[in-house]
Amino acid sequence: MADLKKRAVESGMKAYGWLEHRLGLIKPMMDAAAHPTPSNNASWMYVFGSAATVLLILQVVTGILLALVYSPSASEAWSSLNFLNHNVALGWYLRALHGWGSDFMIAIVILHMIQVFLFGAYKFPRELTWIVGVLLLLLTLGMAFTGQVMRFDQDAYWGLGIGASICSRVPIIGAPLVHLVLGGPIIGAATLSRFFTLHVFVIPGILLAGVGVHVFMVLRHGVSDWPMPGRIVSKATYEQEYHELAHTTGIPFVPDAAWKDAVFAAAILFSVMACAFFFGPFGPSGQPDPTIIQTAPKPDFAFLWIYAVLAFLPPSIETPVMLVAPVIGIAFLLLLPIFSSEGERNWSRRPVAVLMVSVIAVSLGIFTHLGTYTPWSPIMQAWTADAVPIKYLHDRTPLERQGAMVLQNKQCRNCHSLAGAGGQRGPALDAVASHMTEDQIFRQVLQGGGNMPAYGNALNPSETKALVAFLETLRGNDLAPAIDASRSLASTAEPHKTAAPAQPAQPHSVTP
Amino acid sequence: MSELLKHPGESGDGIPTPEEKAAAHSRRSFLFKMSVLLNAAVGAVMAVPLAGYLLGPTMKKSTSAGGWITLGAVEDFPVGETRLVDFASPAARLGDGETSKVACWVRRVTAQQFQVFAINCAHLGCPVRWFAQSKLFMCPCHGGAYYEDGSRASGPPERGLFEYQYKVDGNSLAIHAGGMPTLATQASCSEKAKPLIQIQSASSETGTEAS
Repeated sequence: MADLKKRAVESGMKAYGWLEHRLGLIKPMMDAAAHPTPSNNASWMYVFGSAATVLLILQVVTGILLALVYSPSASEAWSSLNFLNHNVALGWYLRALHGWGSDFMIAIVILHMIQVFLFGAYKFPRELTWIVGVLLLLLTLGMAFTGQVMRFDQDAYWGLGIGASICSRVPIIGAPLVHLVLGGPIIGAATLSRFFTLHVFVIPGILLAGVGVHVFMVLRHGVSDWPMPGRIVSKATYEQEYHELAHTTGIPFVPDAAWKDAVFAAAILFSVMACAFFFGPFGPSGQPDPTIIQTAPKPDFAFLWIYAVLAFLPPSIETPVMLVAPVIGIAFLLLLPIFSSEGERNWSRRPVAVLMVSVIAVSLGIFTHLGTYTPWSPIMQAWTADAVPIKYLHDRTPLERQGAMVLQNKQCRNCHSLAGAGGQRGPALDAVASHMTEDQIFRQVLQGGGNMPAYGNALNPSETKALVAFLETLRGNDLAPAIDASRSLASTAEPHKTAAPAQPAQPHSVTP
Repeated sequence: MSELLKHPGESGDGIPTPEEKAAAHSRRSFLFKMSVLLNAAVGAVMAVPLAGYLLGPTMKKSTSAGGWITLGAVEDFPVGETRLVDFASPAARLGDGETSKVACWVRRVTAQQFQVFAINCAHLGCPVRWFAQSKLFMCPCHGGAYYEDGSRASGPPERGLFEYQYKVDGNSLAIHAGGMPTLATQASCSEKAKPLIQIQSASSETGTEAS
């Protein structure tokens, strides 16, 4: 029996020897896996890079499986997604895994980047590793955008329109650029085909090669040691110090440090599976028919903040900001390690770095949050869906009630809310009369301004009169009505003609 | 320099480096350099048609794919009203499916005068909706608004709605339709010499603010 076991082991070793003598890759790879690493970086903070790689593999595998059924044709893509969702066994689950995997991958890649930035791990000798990493982030976002186009629904269609409209703002080459992106003069078959090519061949190819280079450089320079406050990175001494840490007091990466990576990657994969199972796939929403205009297109989660920023830029600076800001942002990320390759690594000694991460994170968070409920968009059905609150109609004159009907009928509610219901494009009207005088309301309604259209052409005099009469009753919780400060001067001249405020608590002007 | 010219075997420390070997074989080195040049030339000849294929869509004039499309009989459009009309894009190609459909807003101003607007918002191309009561086009994406004549009313757009050229041919209304209109591309060919970008200054907008 022992003899049999010995012979089996021997023949196994022989087979390995035969293979490795010809292949020559197994031993170097095992050596690389067991490379010495400083014992202080076997930490849960160092697990994001490997998890991102695992998610990339998940995306490749699920992407290939989806491509077995998906039809990258403008006339069939949307139907083939519904076919996947409803007719192919587990098709919905594969779509969900791919969709959630994408969201998780973006999140993990960004976490990885924040960790590397705050730990100063981009400094000498790992500058190029960071630069390649920035390109990998851009490629990941490119996968997310092209992937959103693959889900060829209304949002994808109008998202392409937004992309083309942004391209059209590039000076001189705007028109050719639009046609290059769309593959023709309209969004159609050629557009989907080229985004499919980008999503399936071009970007993944570069992404996988880039990850290879990135990992190769990680092995070449070693995983960065834990940043100790006061330990300064200097080009003269760093590599010597690192060698000391890794080889004298270090540990082998596999297995001593790698088990945390493996556990975290498993947890992430499990989370993706759980989200996919419980929340299901993303869309597709309505069919990509541009004649169906009852739609409010919105990009995927990762791009909501851009969508929000585009709502706030004033027209006169929008194009320059749209075209120049991304260049500056990307250039900053790429050049960061060139200009800051030495010095302190620990975050506690780098307040500007911490402040930058905090400000950017809070800004992106706020814009993304705004993007989820788009307060700048008119609510198209508010004028018929949200009734005027009853309390605003109690004890009102017929003229004022008529004004409430004008307010509804002229779609004012699409942009203005009453009692919290209605659009948020313009200010809520619940207390409008306490900060605008009757004259000011007339002027604002008829002439517009401050981002409000003029309604002079859409209202006849009696409608205007009724509308303003109703708006004059909206004074919040019985606030004093706004008064015109100059009226008091006029009243001293002709006191009998003055329209005195109803019950002014104190005669101060509320208008700014 | 003289070391490089040594023949193999002459150097004191044994085998020469590959560079030394190559330097000794100047004919082969020369041939290799020539082969690199040859491949560069072949590559360039190869690249021109490939680049031409890739850039093909940009070469054609944006409006060359367009054509005249009949939208319907004139009496389908009552004077003073604005209606949504669908048509098949003349720029459509094989496999476009539903995406070859286009919608436009037709406004009949007088018996003989029309305005035909692209549904694409001049800001970022989202589909605008017409509200007859307030006589406004509103965009769902970023809240752009336009008056009934297509001029900018408020919001982020920097110009009015894109317009199609139209003609009344006997009893039917026809428009010239081409590509998707953007700030760089026309909806119709040879539109009037109207600049595509008409930025309105931010000061004139905020100047009229109330109070």
